[in-house]
Amino acid sequence: MSTQPHIITLTIDGRELSATVDDSILTIARQHKIDIPTLCFLEGLSTWGACRLCLVEIEGTPKLLSACTTKCVENMVVKTDTERLKQHRKMIIELLFAERNHICSVCVSNGACELQSLAQECGVDHVSVPYRYPSLQLDSSHDLFRLDNNRCILCTRCVRVCDEIEGAHTWDVAGRGIDAHVLTDLNTLWGDSESCTSCGKCVQVCPTGALVQKGTAVAEMHKQREFLPYLTKMRRNHP
Amino acid sequence: MSTTTPQKIKVATIWIDGCSGCHMSFLDIDERLIDLVQHIDLLYSPLVDMKEIPAELDLTLVEGAVSNEHDLERVVALRKASKFMIALGDCAVTGNVPSMRNPIGLKPCFDRAYQEMADIVVNDPADGDPGIPALLEMAKPVHEVVTVDLFVQGCPPPADAIFYVLSELIAGRVPDPTLLTRFGA
Ligand code: SF4
Ligand code: SF4
Ligand code: FES
Repeated sequence: MSTQPHIITLTIDGRELSATVDDSILTIARQHKIDIPTLCFLEGLSTWGACRLCLVEIEGTPKLLSACTTKCVENMVVKTDTERLKQHRKMIIELLFAERNHICSVCVSNGACELQSLAQECGVDHVSVPYRYPSLQLDSSHDLFRLDNNRCILCTRCVRVCDEIEGAHTWDVAGRGIDAHVLTDLNTLWGDSESCTSCGKCVQVCPTGALVQKGTAVAEMHKQREFLPYLTKMRRNHP
Repeated sequence: MSTTTPQKIKVATIWIDGCSGCHMSFLDIDERLIDLVQHIDLLYSPLVDMKEIPAELDLTLVEGAVSNEHDLERVVALRKASKFMIALGDCAVTGNVPSMRNPIGLKPCFDRAYQEMADIVVNDPADGDPGIPALLEMAKPVHEVVTVDLFVQGCPPPADAIFYVLSELIAGRVPDPTLLTRFGA
Protein backbone atom coordinates (compact mmCIF):
# COMPACT_ATOMS: atom_id res chain seq x y z
CA MET A 1 0.00 0.00 0.00
CA SER A 2 1.48 3.34 -1.00
CA THR A 3 1.47 6.17 1.52
CA GLN A 4 -0.28 9.29 0.24
CA PRO A 5 1.68 12.51 0.76
CA HIS A 6 0.01 14.59 3.43
CA ILE A 7 -1.65 17.50 1.61
CA ILE A 8 -2.03 20.77 3.49
CA THR A 9 -3.39 24.21 2.63
CA LEU A 10 -1.59 27.50 3.06
CA THR A 11 -2.12 31.09 1.91
CA ILE A 12 0.51 32.98 -0.10
CA ASP A 13 -0.26 36.61 -0.94
CA GLY A 14 -3.95 36.01 -0.36
CA ARG A 15 -4.16 32.88 -2.53
CA GLU A 16 -5.12 29.54 -1.00
CA LEU A 17 -2.69 26.90 -2.26
CA SER A 18 -2.08 23.22 -1.56
CA ALA A 19 1.28 21.74 -0.78
CA THR A 20 2.88 18.80 0.98
CA VAL A 21 4.78 19.27 4.22
CA ASP A 22 7.99 18.52 2.31
CA ASP A 23 7.56 21.49 -0.03
CA SER A 24 9.34 24.76 0.68
CA ILE A 25 7.42 28.03 0.47
CA LEU A 26 9.59 28.93 -2.53
CA THR A 27 8.67 25.76 -4.44
CA ILE A 28 4.94 26.35 -4.01
CA ALA A 29 5.21 30.07 -4.79
CA ARG A 30 7.13 29.34 -8.01
CA GLN A 31 4.64 26.64 -9.02
CA HIS A 32 1.98 29.34 -8.92
CA LYS A 33 4.07 32.05 -10.63
CA ILE A 34 4.46 34.07 -7.45
CA ASP A 35 7.84 35.71 -7.90
CA ILE A 36 10.22 35.65 -4.93
CA PRO A 37 13.75 36.91 -5.73
CA THR A 38 16.59 34.45 -4.99
CA LEU A 39 20.36 34.37 -5.42
CA CYS A 40 21.93 31.44 -3.60
CA PHE A 41 19.08 29.05 -4.46
CA LEU A 42 19.40 27.04 -7.66
CA GLU A 43 17.03 24.25 -8.62
CA GLY A 44 18.99 21.01 -8.70
CA LEU A 45 21.46 21.93 -5.95
CA SER A 46 21.03 21.52 -2.20
CA THR A 47 19.42 24.48 -0.43
CA TRP A 48 21.82 26.81 1.31
CA GLY A 49 19.70 29.68 2.66
CA ALA A 50 22.50 32.21 2.91
CA CYS A 51 21.70 35.20 0.69
CA ARG A 52 18.42 36.07 2.51
CA LEU A 53 16.96 37.61 -0.63
CA CYS A 54 13.97 35.24 -0.52
CA LEU A 55 12.81 36.45 2.92
CA VAL A 56 9.03 36.35 3.45
CA GLU A 57 6.65 37.39 6.23
CA ILE A 58 4.70 34.68 8.02
CA GLU A 59 1.70 35.65 10.14
CA GLY A 60 2.31 35.08 13.83
CA THR A 61 6.11 35.02 13.44
CA PRO A 62 7.99 38.24 14.21
CA LYS A 63 11.08 37.05 12.33
CA LEU A 64 11.39 37.10 8.56
CA LEU A 65 12.06 33.61 7.19
CA SER A 66 13.78 32.48 3.99
CA ALA A 67 11.28 30.96 1.55
CA CYS A 68 13.86 28.53 0.13
CA THR A 69 14.51 26.81 3.48
CA THR A 70 11.12 27.11 5.21
CA LYS A 71 8.70 24.22 4.74
CA CYS A 72 4.98 24.71 4.27
CA VAL A 73 2.78 24.24 7.35
CA GLU A 74 -1.02 23.78 7.55
CA ASN A 75 -2.87 27.15 7.60
CA MET A 76 0.35 29.14 7.25
CA VAL A 77 -0.26 32.70 5.98
CA VAL A 78 2.67 33.98 3.90
CA LYS A 79 3.29 37.42 2.42
CA THR A 80 6.03 37.79 -0.19
CA ASP A 81 5.74 41.39 -1.35
CA THR A 82 5.28 43.81 1.56
CA GLU A 83 6.96 47.21 1.82
CA ARG A 84 9.13 45.89 4.66
CA LEU A 85 10.36 42.97 2.52
CA LYS A 86 11.07 45.28 -0.42
CA GLN A 87 13.22 47.49 1.81
CA HIS A 88 15.12 44.47 3.18
CA ARG A 89 15.78 43.10 -0.30
CA LYS A 90 17.05 46.46 -1.50
CA MET A 91 19.37 46.70 1.48
CA ILE A 92 20.75 43.18 0.90
CA ILE A 93 21.51 43.98 -2.73
CA GLU A 94 23.12 47.30 -1.80
CA LEU A 95 25.33 45.56 0.74
CA LEU A 96 26.41 42.99 -1.86
CA PHE A 97 27.46 45.80 -4.21
CA ALA A 98 29.26 47.72 -1.46
CA GLU A 99 31.10 44.65 -0.16
CA ARG A 100 33.31 44.03 -3.21
CA ASN A 101 34.17 45.79 -6.49
CA HIS A 102 31.34 45.46 -8.98
CA ILE A 103 31.91 47.64 -12.02
CA CYS A 104 29.08 46.43 -14.29
CA SER A 105 30.04 48.57 -17.29
CA VAL A 106 33.36 46.74 -17.75
CA CYS A 107 32.30 43.31 -16.46
CA VAL A 108 32.30 40.27 -18.74
CA SER A 109 28.89 39.38 -17.29
CA ASN A 110 27.34 42.79 -17.99
CA GLY A 111 23.80 42.18 -19.25
CA ALA A 112 23.72 38.53 -18.13
CA CYS A 113 24.26 38.85 -14.38
CA GLU A 114 21.71 37.86 -11.75
CA LEU A 115 22.89 40.46 -9.22
CA GLN A 116 22.66 43.23 -11.79
CA SER A 117 19.19 42.26 -13.01
CA LEU A 118 17.89 41.76 -9.45
CA ALA A 119 19.10 45.26 -8.59
CA GLN A 120 17.01 46.61 -11.44
CA GLU A 121 13.96 44.46 -10.58
CA CYS A 122 14.08 45.45 -6.93
CA GLY A 123 14.48 49.15 -7.77
CA VAL A 124 18.01 49.58 -6.37
CA ASP A 125 18.87 52.94 -7.93
CA HIS A 126 22.07 53.56 -5.93
CA VAL A 127 24.05 52.10 -3.03
CA SER A 128 23.33 54.08 0.11
CA VAL A 129 26.12 52.60 2.24
CA PRO A 130 29.75 53.56 1.54
CA TYR A 131 31.62 51.21 -0.82
CA ARG A 132 34.44 49.23 0.81
CA TYR A 133 36.81 48.97 -2.18
CA PRO A 134 38.67 45.88 -0.89
CA SER A 135 41.86 44.83 -2.64
CA LEU A 136 41.11 41.34 -3.98
CA GLN A 137 42.88 38.74 -6.10
CA LEU A 138 42.13 37.26 -9.49
CA ASP A 139 43.06 33.66 -10.23
CA SER A 140 43.79 33.21 -13.94
CA SER A 141 45.94 30.11 -13.53
CA HIS A 142 43.38 27.68 -14.99
CA ASP A 143 43.70 27.13 -18.76
CA LEU A 144 40.01 27.71 -19.46
CA PHE A 145 38.49 29.66 -16.59
CA ARG A 146 39.09 32.62 -14.30
CA LEU A 147 38.03 33.51 -10.77
CA ASP A 148 37.55 37.21 -10.05
CA ASN A 149 36.96 37.64 -6.33
CA ASN A 150 35.89 41.24 -6.95
CA ARG A 151 32.56 39.95 -8.30
CA CYS A 152 31.91 37.04 -5.92
CA ILE A 153 28.82 37.27 -3.69
CA LEU A 154 29.59 34.04 -1.76
CA CYS A 155 26.42 32.27 -2.82
CA THR A 156 28.33 28.93 -2.77
CA ARG A 157 26.64 27.66 -5.93
CA CYS A 158 30.11 26.75 -7.27
CA VAL A 159 30.95 24.83 -4.09
CA ARG A 160 27.68 22.89 -4.23
CA VAL A 161 27.64 22.07 -7.94
CA CYS A 162 31.24 20.86 -7.84
CA ASP A 163 30.60 18.66 -4.80
CA GLU A 164 27.04 17.45 -5.49
CA ILE A 165 26.92 17.15 -9.28
CA GLU A 166 30.49 16.79 -10.49
CA GLY A 167 31.67 14.97 -7.35
CA ALA A 168 35.05 16.70 -7.40
CA HIS A 169 34.69 19.07 -4.40
CA THR A 170 37.34 21.45 -5.67
CA TRP A 171 35.72 24.56 -4.15
CA ASP A 172 35.30 25.56 -0.53
CA VAL A 173 34.75 28.71 1.50
CA ALA A 174 37.56 29.88 3.79
CA GLY A 175 37.75 32.73 6.28
CA ARG A 176 35.04 34.29 8.41
CA GLY A 177 32.70 37.24 8.05
CA ILE A 178 34.00 39.92 5.74
CA ASP A 179 37.17 37.85 5.08
CA ALA A 180 35.25 34.85 3.73
CA HIS A 181 36.24 33.83 0.20
CA VAL A 182 36.08 30.84 -2.11
CA LEU A 183 39.19 28.76 -2.77
CA THR A 184 40.27 25.72 -4.75
CA ASP A 185 41.69 22.55 -3.17
CA LEU A 186 43.71 23.38 -0.08
CA ASN A 187 44.28 26.97 -1.13
CA THR A 188 46.30 26.13 -4.23
CA LEU A 189 45.96 28.00 -7.50
CA TRP A 190 43.03 26.74 -9.55
CA GLY A 191 45.40 25.78 -12.38
CA ASP A 192 47.36 23.54 -9.98
CA SER A 193 44.25 21.87 -8.56
CA GLU A 194 44.40 18.08 -8.60
CA SER A 195 40.66 17.61 -8.01
CA CYS A 196 39.31 19.97 -10.72
CA THR A 197 38.12 18.06 -13.80
CA SER A 198 37.74 21.26 -15.88
CA CYS A 199 34.04 20.48 -16.41
CA GLY A 200 33.08 24.17 -16.15
CA LYS A 201 29.93 23.55 -14.10
CA CYS A 202 30.95 26.09 -11.45
CA VAL A 203 31.40 28.74 -14.13
CA GLN A 204 27.96 28.08 -15.57
CA VAL A 205 26.09 28.24 -12.24
CA CYS A 206 27.89 31.32 -10.88
CA PRO A 207 25.28 34.10 -10.90
CA THR A 208 27.78 36.91 -11.49
CA GLY A 209 31.03 37.63 -13.30
CA ALA A 210 33.08 35.96 -10.55
CA LEU A 211 33.61 32.67 -12.42
CA VAL A 212 33.98 33.10 -16.15
CA GLN A 213 35.37 31.54 -19.26
CA LYS A 214 38.70 33.00 -20.37
CA GLY A 215 38.73 34.95 -23.60
CA THR A 216 35.43 36.70 -22.96
CA ALA A 217 35.36 40.48 -23.25
CA VAL A 218 32.89 42.92 -21.66
CA ALA A 219 29.29 41.58 -21.75
CA GLU A 220 30.32 38.40 -23.62
CA MET A 221 29.91 35.89 -20.79
CA HIS A 222 26.55 34.14 -21.04
CA LYS A 223 26.05 31.21 -18.71
CA GLN A 224 24.58 27.91 -19.84
CA ARG A 225 22.53 26.25 -17.14
CA GLU A 226 20.54 23.68 -19.15
CA PHE A 227 22.63 20.78 -17.82
CA LEU A 228 21.35 21.24 -14.30
CA PRO A 229 17.59 20.71 -14.80
CA TYR A 230 18.50 17.88 -17.21
CA LEU A 231 20.69 16.07 -14.68
CA THR A 232 18.16 16.66 -11.91
CA LYS A 233 15.39 15.14 -13.99
CA MET A 234 17.48 12.10 -14.92
CA ARG A 235 18.39 11.49 -11.30
CA ARG A 236 14.78 11.74 -10.23
CA ASN A 237 13.82 9.13 -12.83
CA HIS A 238 16.59 6.74 -11.76
CA PRO A 239 17.15 7.19 -8.08
CA MET B 1 -6.26 81.37 -25.34
CA SER B 2 -3.77 81.53 -22.53
CA THR B 3 -1.52 84.58 -22.45
CA THR B 4 0.95 83.35 -19.83
CA THR B 5 4.18 81.85 -21.10
CA PRO B 6 5.28 78.95 -18.87
CA GLN B 7 8.40 79.65 -16.84
CA LYS B 8 11.42 77.84 -18.21
CA ILE B 9 13.34 75.50 -15.91
CA LYS B 10 16.86 76.74 -15.16
CA VAL B 11 19.21 73.83 -15.81
CA ALA B 12 22.93 73.15 -15.37
CA THR B 13 24.92 70.11 -16.44
CA ILE B 14 28.45 69.31 -15.37
CA TRP B 15 31.04 66.84 -16.63
CA ILE B 16 33.49 65.82 -13.90
CA ASP B 17 35.32 62.42 -13.78
CA GLY B 18 33.48 60.73 -16.65
CA CYS B 19 34.12 60.18 -20.34
CA SER B 20 31.47 62.67 -21.63
CA GLY B 21 29.41 59.68 -22.77
CA CYS B 22 26.44 60.76 -20.62
CA HIS B 23 26.46 64.18 -22.30
CA MET B 24 26.68 62.45 -25.70
CA SER B 25 23.70 60.31 -24.73
CA PHE B 26 21.84 63.48 -23.71
CA LEU B 27 22.47 64.86 -27.22
CA ASP B 28 21.27 61.52 -28.64
CA ILE B 29 17.78 62.58 -27.57
CA ASP B 30 17.94 64.01 -31.12
CA GLU B 31 14.93 65.95 -32.44
CA ARG B 32 13.13 65.60 -29.12
CA LEU B 33 15.70 68.15 -27.84
CA ILE B 34 13.66 70.76 -29.70
CA ASP B 35 10.65 69.93 -27.48
CA LEU B 36 12.81 70.00 -24.38
CA VAL B 37 14.30 73.39 -25.20
CA GLN B 38 10.79 74.89 -25.01
CA HIS B 39 10.87 74.10 -21.28
CA ILE B 40 14.54 74.43 -20.41
CA ASP B 41 17.10 77.22 -20.11
CA LEU B 42 20.55 75.64 -20.18
CA LEU B 43 22.57 78.11 -18.12
CA TYR B 44 25.75 76.23 -17.26
CA SER B 45 27.14 73.19 -19.09
CA PRO B 46 30.03 71.95 -21.26
CA LEU B 47 27.52 72.59 -24.06
CA VAL B 48 27.24 76.36 -23.38
CA ASP B 49 29.93 78.97 -22.81
CA MET B 50 29.37 80.13 -19.25
CA LYS B 51 32.26 80.11 -16.79
CA GLU B 52 30.51 81.01 -13.53
CA ILE B 53 28.07 78.77 -11.72
CA PRO B 54 24.68 80.59 -11.65
CA ALA B 55 23.33 81.56 -8.24
CA GLU B 56 19.93 79.94 -8.72
CA LEU B 57 19.10 76.76 -10.60
CA ASP B 58 16.13 74.44 -10.68
CA LEU B 59 17.95 71.36 -11.85
CA THR B 60 21.53 70.11 -12.16
CA LEU B 61 22.65 66.95 -13.95
CA VAL B 62 26.02 65.62 -12.82
CA GLU B 63 28.04 63.32 -15.07
CA GLY B 64 31.09 61.67 -13.53
CA ALA B 65 32.54 60.66 -10.20
CA VAL B 66 33.95 63.22 -7.76
CA SER B 67 37.69 62.62 -8.15
CA ASN B 68 39.60 65.84 -7.53
CA GLU B 69 39.31 69.04 -5.50
CA HIS B 70 37.95 71.02 -8.43
CA ASP B 71 35.17 68.43 -8.99
CA LEU B 72 34.29 68.61 -5.33
CA GLU B 73 34.23 72.41 -5.22
CA ARG B 74 31.94 72.69 -8.24
CA VAL B 75 29.56 69.91 -7.16
CA VAL B 76 29.17 71.56 -3.76
CA ALA B 77 28.54 74.97 -5.39
CA LEU B 78 26.00 73.48 -7.80
CA ARG B 79 24.24 71.69 -4.97
CA LYS B 80 23.90 75.00 -3.10
CA ALA B 81 22.46 76.67 -6.19
CA SER B 82 20.11 73.87 -7.31
CA LYS B 83 16.69 72.84 -6.10
CA PHE B 84 17.08 69.34 -7.59
CA MET B 85 20.18 67.32 -8.43
CA ILE B 86 20.43 64.25 -10.66
CA ALA B 87 23.37 61.84 -10.66
CA LEU B 88 23.52 61.01 -14.37
CA GLY B 89 25.20 57.74 -15.30
CA ASP B 90 27.14 55.07 -13.45
CA CYS B 91 30.25 57.18 -12.69
CA ALA B 92 28.07 59.69 -10.83
CA VAL B 93 25.83 56.99 -9.31
CA THR B 94 28.33 54.26 -8.33
CA GLY B 95 31.83 55.66 -8.99
CA ASN B 96 32.09 53.15 -11.88
CA VAL B 97 35.37 53.11 -13.86
CA PRO B 98 36.97 56.12 -12.10
CA SER B 99 36.54 54.27 -8.78
CA MET B 100 38.66 51.35 -10.04
CA ARG B 101 41.69 53.18 -8.66
CA ASN B 102 40.27 53.10 -5.13
CA PRO B 103 41.30 49.54 -4.16
CA ILE B 104 44.84 50.27 -5.40
CA GLY B 105 45.25 53.49 -3.45
CA LEU B 106 46.01 56.96 -4.81
CA LYS B 107 49.79 57.03 -4.41
CA PRO B 108 50.68 53.71 -6.09
CA CYS B 109 48.17 54.50 -8.84
CA PHE B 110 49.50 58.01 -9.44
CA ASP B 111 53.15 56.94 -9.37
CA ARG B 112 52.49 54.14 -11.84
CA ALA B 113 50.61 56.32 -14.34
CA TYR B 114 52.49 59.61 -14.14
CA GLN B 115 55.99 58.59 -13.09
CA GLU B 116 57.03 54.96 -13.63
CA MET B 117 55.32 54.68 -17.03
CA ALA B 118 55.59 58.33 -18.11
CA ASP B 119 57.86 59.99 -20.66
CA ILE B 120 57.12 63.38 -19.13
CA VAL B 121 57.05 63.03 -15.37
CA VAL B 122 54.34 64.95 -13.55
CA ASN B 123 54.45 65.56 -9.83
CA ASP B 124 51.47 64.94 -7.64
CA PRO B 125 49.49 68.24 -7.72
CA ALA B 126 49.07 67.86 -3.96
CA ASP B 127 52.85 68.48 -3.77
CA GLY B 128 52.42 71.88 -5.38
CA ASP B 129 52.36 71.31 -9.16
CA PRO B 130 50.58 74.46 -10.39
CA GLY B 131 47.43 74.48 -12.46
CA ILE B 132 46.18 70.94 -11.89
CA PRO B 133 43.70 70.19 -9.12
CA ALA B 134 44.83 67.64 -6.53
CA LEU B 135 43.22 64.23 -6.76
CA LEU B 136 41.08 63.05 -3.86
CA GLU B 137 42.18 59.88 -2.06
CA MET B 138 39.10 58.11 -3.47
CA ALA B 139 36.95 58.72 -6.53
CA LYS B 140 33.44 58.94 -5.05
CA PRO B 141 29.87 58.67 -6.25
CA VAL B 142 28.19 62.08 -6.07
CA HIS B 143 25.82 61.14 -3.23
CA GLU B 144 28.79 60.47 -0.95
CA VAL B 145 29.64 64.19 -1.02
CA VAL B 146 26.29 65.99 -1.52
CA THR B 147 22.60 65.07 -1.39
CA VAL B 148 21.33 63.64 -4.67
CA ASP B 149 17.61 63.67 -5.49
CA LEU B 150 17.49 61.21 -8.38
CA PHE B 151 19.79 58.51 -9.74
CA VAL B 152 19.92 57.61 -13.44
CA GLN B 153 21.97 54.42 -13.93
CA GLY B 154 23.76 53.34 -17.09
CA CYS B 155 27.11 53.65 -18.83
CA PRO B 156 25.84 55.77 -20.43
CA PRO B 157 22.11 55.92 -19.61
CA PRO B 158 20.21 55.40 -22.86
CA ALA B 159 18.92 58.60 -24.51
CA ASP B 160 15.34 57.35 -24.00
CA ALA B 161 15.91 57.10 -20.26
CA ILE B 162 17.29 60.65 -20.10
CA PHE B 163 14.40 61.99 -22.16
CA TYR B 164 11.88 60.14 -20.00
CA VAL B 165 13.42 61.49 -16.78
CA LEU B 166 13.51 65.08 -18.01
CA SER B 167 10.03 65.08 -19.48
CA GLU B 168 8.54 63.53 -16.33
CA LEU B 169 10.22 66.17 -14.17
CA ILE B 170 8.99 68.94 -16.50
CA ALA B 171 5.47 67.51 -16.17
CA GLY B 172 5.83 67.66 -12.37
CA ARG B 173 6.03 63.90 -11.85
CA VAL B 174 8.74 61.83 -10.15
CA PRO B 175 10.27 59.40 -12.66
CA ASP B 176 11.57 55.91 -11.84
CA PRO B 177 14.70 55.50 -14.01
CA THR B 178 15.05 51.77 -13.10
CA LEU B 179 12.13 51.17 -15.47
CA LEU B 180 14.38 52.06 -18.42
CA THR B 181 17.97 51.59 -17.33
CA ARG B 182 20.26 49.70 -14.93
CA PHE B 183 23.85 49.62 -13.67
CA GLY B 184 26.11 48.96 -16.66
CA ALA B 185 23.35 49.55 -19.25
S1 SF4 C 1 29.14 40.61 -11.48
FE1 SF4 C 1 27.20 41.52 -12.10
S2 SF4 C 1 26.82 43.12 -10.58
FE2 SF4 C 1 28.95 42.58 -10.48
S3 SF4 C 1 30.01 43.99 -11.86
FE3 SF4 C 1 29.53 42.17 -13.05
S4 SF4 C 1 27.58 42.65 -14.03
FE4 SF4 C 1 27.83 44.09 -12.33
S1 SF4 D 1 32.36 32.33 -7.32
FE1 SF4 D 1 30.27 32.67 -8.13
S2 SF4 D 1 29.18 30.76 -7.63
FE2 SF4 D 1 31.00 30.79 -6.37
S3 SF4 D 1 30.35 31.72 -4.43
FE3 SF4 D 1 31.19 33.39 -5.73
S4 SF4 D 1 29.40 34.24 -6.78
FE4 SF4 D 1 28.78 32.24 -5.97
S1 FES E 1 17.57 32.12 -2.06
FE1 FES E 1 16.78 31.75 -0.08
S2 FES E 1 18.38 32.45 1.19
FE2 FES E 1 19.25 32.68 -0.84
